[in-house]
Amino acid sequence: MKTCLVVDDSKVIRKVARHILETLDFSVAEAGDGKEALVYCEATPPDVVLLDWNMPVMSGMEFLRALGEAELSRRPKVVFCTTENGIGHIRAAIEAGADEYVMKPFDRETLYSKLQIVGLA
Amino acid sequence: MEVSDGATRVLAGLLEARTGQQLQVGRRWRLETGLAPLLRSHGYASADALVSHIQAGHDHALADAVVDALLNNETSFYRDQASFALLKDKGLARLQRERGAGRRLAIWCAGCSTGQEAYTLAMMFADEPARWEGWTIDIVATDVSRGAIEAARAGRYSHFEIQRGLPMAKMVRWFDKEEDVWVAAPALRQAVRFQQRSLLDAAPHPGRFDAILCRNVLLYFSSSLRRQVFGRLASVIAPDGVLMLGAGETVIGNTEVFVSDFECRGLYRPILPEDAWRAA
Ligand SMILES: C[S@@+](CC[C@H](N)C(=O)[O-])C[C@H]1O[C@@H](n2cnc3c(N)ncnc32)[C@H](O)[C@@H]1O
Ligand SMILES: [Mg+2]
Repeated sequence: MKTCLVVDDSKVIRKVARHILETLDFSVAEAGDGKEALVYCEATPPDVVLLDWNMPVMSGMEFLRALGEAELSRRPKVVFCTTENGIGHIRAAIEAGADEYVMKPFDRETLYSKLQIVGLA
Repeated sequence: MEVSDGATRVLAGLLEARTGQQLQVGRRWRLETGLAPLLRSHGYASADALVSHIQAGHDHALADAVVDALLNNETSFYRDQASFALLKDKGLARLQRERGAGRRLAIWCAGCSTGQEAYTLAMMFADEPARWEGWTIDIVATDVSRGAIEAARAGRYSHFEIQRGLPMAKMVRWFDKEEDVWVAAPALRQAVRFQQRSLLDAAPHPGRFDAILCRNVLLYFSSSLRRQVFGRLASVIAPDGVLMLGAGETVIGNTEVFVSDFECRGLYRPILPEDAWRAA
């Protein structure tokens, strides 16, 4: 089963994302900020991280940079999932090494489509 | 809202006459959901009232709008990623070799809906400027639906449409953002000629194509009409041209004038006269 770590400080978003991902046959774990996510990835790197931008403690961008420096057994795909929908933000995400970008609000089709693009659906 | 059997027959007849599309019994709900906004905006109390107005035969715009409302316009960018990869890496590669002298390709996207498929093609060329340097690529995209063609030409996509199939890098490269709408860049829009035209009518200019995309359109044609349309496509495709169908579609059992392209499995090529002779 494919695995996805949903990283978002909103419990509601995590729940919505989890629900959709489970219908897409993913096994889902959750983290509330970048720091928690990093710890999780170091222990059990998932196939993909669905990553919010704005979070307390450690933002999505900070997480992405830290992930690049971390020693992992394998590198998960990273799909941003954020209300930051400006072209500037998307370019910054691309430059920082994100694999795809979901603009909130999203639905099942959006998530499915982006996971297909990164080769996981 | 219930649509009476009589009204259903008339509307199904109108749809089939204009487009060749048959209203599937299981898709009758489309009538209700499709027509509801139209009834509201035009102030008809029922589908029967609308139908009798259409039958009076004066309101062509209304008949157009009804046909548009009944068509299934579902589409997305890079619909079936793997098929487009095949087209790019195999189909177009072969055509590029064969057409090296004239450096000209004509491509017809038949049943292009709101433009995503045609813009996908345009991006495939625009993303590889070195590969296509000096080439003239003529992409013509047609659809029977006026509304779909208008939307395609405008090249304006919603938050949800733009996130179907389109990788982020292409999105920011080829689309500008205006509030919540994503607008195809001028270079992309200029790369495609959009025309309202039915597959049941003559092929668009230049009337001879190196590649034809006819995807998820012939599904709801009767088998005899489908056969006829394949015949017409064969008559306007180059002998070494490629036909691309929807991922779930095939020529097998639907026509004898196209066969699976053994060099590019998943694409189809017309059967040459000598092949036909051999097959007979
Ligand atoms: C389901 S969409 C498919 C769009 C696109 N080719 C794709 O695969 O994503 C089918 C399109 O075919 C168009 N269509 C149906 N009958 C047609 C006809 N007779 N001539 C041209 N287009 C037609 C419809 O208006 C609709 O936009
Ligand atoms: Mg947040």
